[in-house]
Amino acid sequence: MIALLMRDLRLAIRAGGGFGLGLAFFLIVVVLVPFGVGPNSGLLSKIAPGILWLGALLSCLLSLDRILALDWEDGSLDLLATAPLPLEAIVTVKALAHWLTTGLPLVLAAPVFGLLLNLPTAGYGPLVISLLIGTPALSVIGTFGAALTVGLKRGGLLLSLLVLPLYVPTLIFGAEMARRSIEGLEATTPLLMLAGITCAVIALLPFASAAVLRVNLR
Amino acid sequence: MDLNVSDLTVARGGIAVLEGVSFAVSAGEALVLRGPNGIGKTTLLRTVAGLQPAVAGRVNLDREQMAYAGHADGIKAPLTVAENLTFWAAVFGTGSIENALQAFDLEPLLDRPAGALSAGQKRRLGLARMVVTGRPVWVMDEPTVSLDASAVNLFAEAVRRHLAGGGLALLATHIDLGLSEARVLEVGPFKATPPALDDFDGAFL
Repeated sequence: MIALLMRDLRLAIRAGGGFGLGLAFFLIVVVLVPFGVGPNSGLLSKIAPGILWLGALLSCLLSLDRILALDWEDGSLDLLATAPLPLEAIVTVKALAHWLTTGLPLVLAAPVFGLLLNLPTAGYGPLVISLLIGTPALSVIGTFGAALTVGLKRGGLLLSLLVLPLYVPTLIFGAEMARRSIEGLEATTPLLMLAGITCAVIALLPFASAAVLRVNLR
Repeated sequence: MDLNVSDLTVARGGIAVLEGVSFAVSAGEALVLRGPNGIGKTTLLRTVAGLQPAVAGRVNLDREQMAYAGHADGIKAPLTVAENLTFWAAVFGTGSIENALQAFDLEPLLDRPAGALSAGQKRRLGLARMVVTGRPVWVMDEPTVSLDASAVNLFAEAVRRHLAGGGLALLATHIDLGLSEARVLEVGPFKATPPALDDFDGAFL
């Protein structure tokens, strides 16, 4: 399992691996928003948590079709399926590798990008925490979507359509937690809901992804 | 360690392609499946490997003892030859890649990115993976495609060593493998008869 994780991380940072792609996309989204809504700093700071969450979610989406499609194309998925690792472990490791190369950089960069959107000072901590707790769910749900569309040529668009609705709960509670903390309200409930969603998704979805993958490999 | 296939029916895209296939391979033996394009060799091998379910019949094989090699080599272009093989060695829990490198004469290419290899070199790397797995049952689909004559000999030698070590091999091909001692099974006679159109749709044809 560690070998698979190291291989995926190594592939991500080698040429054409797409590491940093999500981060650059995140940056562009965040830079574009003030152009769209105008440089009103009061308005910007009000919508900052929502925009940062949406940006994180979209940049996560961008790299989803790389999780399994590349392995399917070059035949390694067939070989991995006949290897001693169970498919459940393979999809879990792949989701973890995706989070480490996409989600974690987003979490670390979020405070810097918050500056661009005039995020209120009280919002930095809660925003980073909510992203840290929420983004693993995005990767795991995304891996499920990637498993569903693995045999399809140009399945990227379908993948987005399948996955985005599943991201809704994470988006709602993640952005809500940051917003509430900024307004000085109690943020424990959205935090618990967010953590609950992530835990449930990590516990259950790998089994669904593996089952779907078994069908798609036939 | 043996492989027993009895009365197996395999389907591709919902249509049975081969039916009633039975054979047995025991340790130290190689069986070559022959047949024209599209007869169902790949489907049969994928069913034996457990990648797809059988329509009918049984495959008696401990899949924990099996290594499968398909048409695609599963090579990652950005990784070097050594990194590709070391990855599979780690996945299968075998330590060294030295034997595999020697068997397929890959030592001069060790630090070359796999993406820069020729088709034949890639195939040699794909075949070296089978040695690295250390598994006694090899199930291989068209193993000698794009290999030159000397590489085919390397492959035949590797299979002989594998068989001598108590392994067995099931190979599908329609070209010569350089393994004159291997048993050959023509799969043509097992071609499934197309289903009779006596159902509702058939009434309209």
